[in-house]
Amino acid sequence: MTFQLIGVNHRTAPLEVRERLAISEAKLPAAVQQLAQHPGVEEGMIVSTCNRVELLARSRNGGADLRAFLGEYFKIDPGQFDQHLYEYLDKDAIRHLFRVTASLDSMVVGEPQVLGQVKEAYAVARAVGTVNSQLDALVTRAFAVAKKVRTETAVGSSAVSVASVAVDLAKKIFGSLSGKTVMLVGAGKMCELAARHLLAHGAGSIFVYNRTLERAQKLAQKFGGHALPWDQLYDSADKADIVITSTGAPVAIFRREHGEKFLARRRNRPMFFIDIAVPRDVDPEVNKLDGIFVYDIDDLQQVVATHVADRHREAQRAEDIVNDEVERYLARMQTLDVVPTIVSLQEHLETIRQAEIDRVRGRLGQLTPEQDLAIEAMSRGIINKIMHTPITTLKSAAREEQGTTVIDVVRRLFNLQHKQDKEEKQEKVESAANGAQR
Amino acid sequence: MDMEAGAIIVASRPHPRLAPISADQSMPLVWLKVAVAFYAVGLLWATATVSRPCNFLSKIVFPALGLGMVFHFVSLAESAMTTGHLTLTLVSIHESESLLAFVILAFFLLVYAKYKTLSPGIFVFPLAFLLTFASSIGQGPPLFDSKLMRSGWIFAHIALIFTGYAALFLSFGASILYLLQERSLKAHRLAGYLSRLPALEVIDEIGYKSLLLGFPFMTFGLIAGSVVAQEHFGPMYFLDAKILLSLLMWAVYMVLLYTRWNSGWRGRKAAYLATFAFIAAVSAWAANYFSGVHRFVAQ
Repeated sequence: MTFQLIGVNHRTAPLEVRERLAISEAKLPAAVQQLAQHPGVEEGMIVSTCNRVELLARSRNGGADLRAFLGEYFKIDPGQFDQHLYEYLDKDAIRHLFRVTASLDSMVVGEPQVLGQVKEAYAVARAVGTVNSQLDALVTRAFAVAKKVRTETAVGSSAVSVASVAVDLAKKIFGSLSGKTVMLVGAGKMCELAARHLLAHGAGSIFVYNRTLERAQKLAQKFGGHALPWDQLYDSADKADIVITSTGAPVAIFRREHGEKFLARRRNRPMFFIDIAVPRDVDPEVNKLDGIFVYDIDDLQQVVATHVADRHREAQRAEDIVNDEVERYLARMQTLDVVPTIVSLQEHLETIRQAEIDRVRGRLGQLTPEQDLAIEAMSRGIINKIMHTPITTLKSAAREEQGTTVIDVVRRLFNLQHKQDKEEKQEKVESAANGAQR
Repeated sequence: MDMEAGAIIVASRPHPRLAPISADQSMPLVWLKVAVAFYAVGLLWATATVSRPCNFLSKIVFPALGLGMVFHFVSLAESAMTTGHLTLTLVSIHESESLLAFVILAFFLLVYAKYKTLSPGIFVFPLAFLLTFASSIGQGPPLFDSKLMRSGWIFAHIALIFTGYAALFLSFGASILYLLQERSLKAHRLAGYLSRLPALEVIDEIGYKSLLLGFPFMTFGLIAGSVVAQEHFGPMYFLDAKILLSLLMWAVYMVLLYTRWNSGWRGRKAAYLATFAFIAAVSAWAANYFSGVHRFVAQ
């Protein structure tokens, strides 16, 4: 069997190319069916996301021309996108699939969305029946590998965006965010994004301050929060557990004396300032007060940077896991290759045995049941004893490089080749492999 | 002081009910040693966690702790049964160490049940190990007896005070964790073990709730002790070192609670106070060795 993969991703192709090759959710089932009907393709599935379009197929001896399929389906000149396309066969295709599901091929290494997207693509292909045997086993294995990578490495464990780092820090300070009050000072985009993240993680009420009350009201409406007039800022800011600032003010709005006042009114309950403004809205001195934690945009980005570095280090470990898994998968496939040979060898010998028993029985005349059993047992015993070594040799040969030679020799020695015509044999291989995989 | 001390100098020969010391009196010690072995896992976990967390230890530390406590409990119960009197068992210094360790661990379990964090174990496990270890090697048969030990007040005194100690110790550990966590958040560095500590407010709550819970125990424990002392030594018992230190500890404890309740002191200031209270508690404990009133052993 042969696995083939062709595709483009965010690294090999610009957005215009990915757009051109993307397949919408609605069209996906039909596209997958068309792929499965393409000459040489036995099974197939298509993953199409904003960052990648990948066609995965199992073909007979790698004979399917997937480039031609692309040309046909998208009605393009097949050579047009050559420089953006990558194509993998067997081992490389398996590794690529494993890397994609383990999110090692993602734009942000470790971001888990891609696993969900591949799972959806797999569900579509299964629903239309274009994934049903070996490709099914391979993709299922890829999901297992992805899970293994997630549990055994920390590749996806730390936050790598400013907003999610802010949420993490808030949780580090307050534990649960439920019932916490968030205050937005200024109405920038980043401010809004961070607030959204905090709300999604359970933060309670939101207050918005802006120099123009109108803008504050507009933003407050988006979150179901309250807009407050600017002159109340210092009198009510102590009610907030988390303050996000992003004003264009030239000097710091919150200074040490404000922080001291807030703490006194809050009875020293901690406060978290997220200062996204440049120049800064919160004086760094405020961070020196017990119980107030100030993170400016640089601090947050630095955390992001260290987390990204952590992820890259973990990604190396993840790559090792993927490589191991690829080797293991190949080894298993090879063992499966040997199964049909063993089966037909056993069938072959059983036919001979039956024929010989029938022949000898005619000459022996009437036998007692005990004698009958004895002949059965003896003939079976001889065959099993003789076959023991060849079968173990076949099994171990499957794990070696020259495995196919040994299999060939056995087939020729016992004349297994001519028993069935080629077409039939292919089918047997598949069903045996399926049986063994399930 | 001498006069009072004289009053409680105890018979130097074993009480008739205790003698002769039978072989099964060594059994509690065996169980205790088994418990110590299990607590050693906790000690290992605590040291490993601070430097480089070990998954394997994290997995076994809790079961090991549980098993250790079972053996520990058996040891305490059996020791109480062989000496024939509960209170008597508790007053030997070494055995009281064992009991204190048990109470502290029980308190830790309470916190764990509520907050699902092993972090206080960083302090609790080594202490429990040390206390039980000291108890398991230094334990002799009880060589003392006096009417004093028989009173229910003494038992109440010990049980209450120990719970108070446990609470104070946990609160102390929590304030250290709070400081570490606060510092790393301020320095904008969140790496290593600190990234696995519970949230700042959760640590704070653990510390405060322990304090709140421990205070009535400590208070009633001291009252029970005073009742006994008053009865046996008259009003002068007050001048004993141990008792003065205990009162000091209680006062700091109260200040700690008051500042917290009144102005929400936490973090550095609260940690200083907690440390002070803890030192007072340790000195009060250590005063066992030179206190007249509290010295029950006469050899």
